[in-house]
Amino acid sequence: MNLLDIIGPVMVGPSSSHTAGAVKIGRVSRKLLAEPVKDAKIYFHGSFQATGKGHGTDKALIAGLLGMAVDDPEIPNSFAVAENEGMTFIIEGIDLGDVHPNSVKMYLTGVSGRTLEVVAASIGGGQIQICELDGLSANFSGDYPTLIVNNVDQPGHVTEVATMLAKESINIGTMQIYRTGRGGNAVMVIECDGEVPAESIAWLESREGILKVTYLSMQEV
Amino acid sequence: MYKSLEELCRIEKETGKPFWKIVQEDDCKERGITEAASFVQMRGMYEAMKYADEHYDEKLKSASGLVGTEGKKMMEARAAGTLLCGDFIGKVMEKALKTSESNACMKRIVAAPTAGSCGVVPAVFLSVQEERGFSEECMVEALYVAAGIGGVIASRAFLSGAAGGCQAEIGSASAMAAGGVAYLLGGSATEIANAAALALKSLIGLACDPVAGLVEVPCVKRNVLGAVNAMTSADMTMAGIFSKIPPDEVIDAMRSVGRSMSEDIRETGKGGLAGTPTGVEISERMSQLT
Repeated sequence: MNLLDIIGPVMVGPSSSHTAGAVKIGRVSRKLLAEPVKDAKIYFHGSFQATGKGHGTDKALIAGLLGMAVDDPEIPNSFAVAENEGMTFIIEGIDLGDVHPNSVKMYLTGVSGRTLEVVAASIGGGQIQICELDGLSANFSGDYPTLIVNNVDQPGHVTEVATMLAKESINIGTMQIYRTGRGGNAVMVIECDGEVPAESIAWLESREGILKVTYLSMQEV
Repeated sequence: MYKSLEELCRIEKETGKPFWKIVQEDDCKERGITEAASFVQMRGMYEAMKYADEHYDEKLKSASGLVGTEGKKMMEARAAGTLLCGDFIGKVMEKALKTSESNACMKRIVAAPTAGSCGVVPAVFLSVQEERGFSEECMVEALYVAAGIGGVIASRAFLSGAAGGCQAEIGSASAMAAGGVAYLLGGSATEIANAAALALKSLIGLACDPVAGLVEVPCVKRNVLGAVNAMTSADMTMAGIFSKIPPDEVIDAMRSVGRSMSEDIRETGKGGLAGTPTGVEISERMSQLT
């Protein structure tokens, strides 16, 4: 938290968790998809489901998926903007079980057919957490350039990714590793202090055993 | 960020630097930016507050229909000259209603420290500036003072209703605004800290009990309370009235009261006003919308 989190941010109301946080979840998800969203299936859980309508959580999330920032005055009109841009969506309720009360699950399809499944939570004060990507644990804030690598659970992939980052002089802030089971699918979530170049991501994608690379850039969409 | 108001008072005495400058220097160090860049950003916050006040839409109602148009009613009463509180406090009340209603109606505001308490600081600051003609620079300096106080409260206690009840939101906003006004009136760091303490003391124990879980009832009107309480706290301070409990200890008291609050009155929309028969009825009506 810094001084401009105390006086600030400038945001569209009414709630930092239910409105600004929802915009941020949408915006980060769109960046992770790495292309404009064509269709979104959205499932609100807990407090998002119970009080979302009154807080404009639905409009806020769609605004974020359209790439709007938390202070965009068009947030309340996001449904109309989505229609104009040809983005389709459905919004329903869901019980995700023992997760944060302000959680949402989304199935996104991009304009070129890329897909992404996201579970995210708005954890207070406009801060968010991306909890799951494509069914695997993730747990990152979306505040740093983040590299998510899905790979076959076999030796050598962590070294491969870490070596690539070292070669680009990119410092690793945090790193998490999860897997479905021994020899199954694994995921690395790496928050970096600098942007990862597109060529490096393309190179990773071409490696044997790497199933998917998702990248969250801090640069504008 | 600083962890105690006492420390800020001590640094002021030792270095002779004003309160706001100490806060600004710390901000620059933490974020690795220049003083000029930091000042421009803080000025942007003040401009956004002013914009929100000036662009109040007197016809808007919130999604639930529970709030909206109250700022207009206050404006009309002020114009009619019928207010017992007088024109100046009337203006503070009007501006607090306007900004927090704008928030409820999905317009752009500045969270200060939260969206639910966004009306307090601008209502106080904009009214005082209009009344006394302070320069824009002075007002931005006062915003640093307010942010510094909020930073200490965040370090020692909390700023969200979910963590510590409404006292943590409206209480903190009121303390921040009071300290800012004390600075504008020529107060030292000790007086700034005292104004914050007086404001927070009067709001300790305030529950966060929003009807249907929405930032509307009673949040909008509590912004009026927080703003007016900030004015009286600053005036008391400059009249030489001091808190018998030191400012940092007042913040610690707010924290311990927040810790002992039931979850029902910490932004869950269950207890307090939310749990009244009417509150429950409104909540049921709202849930049919979703």
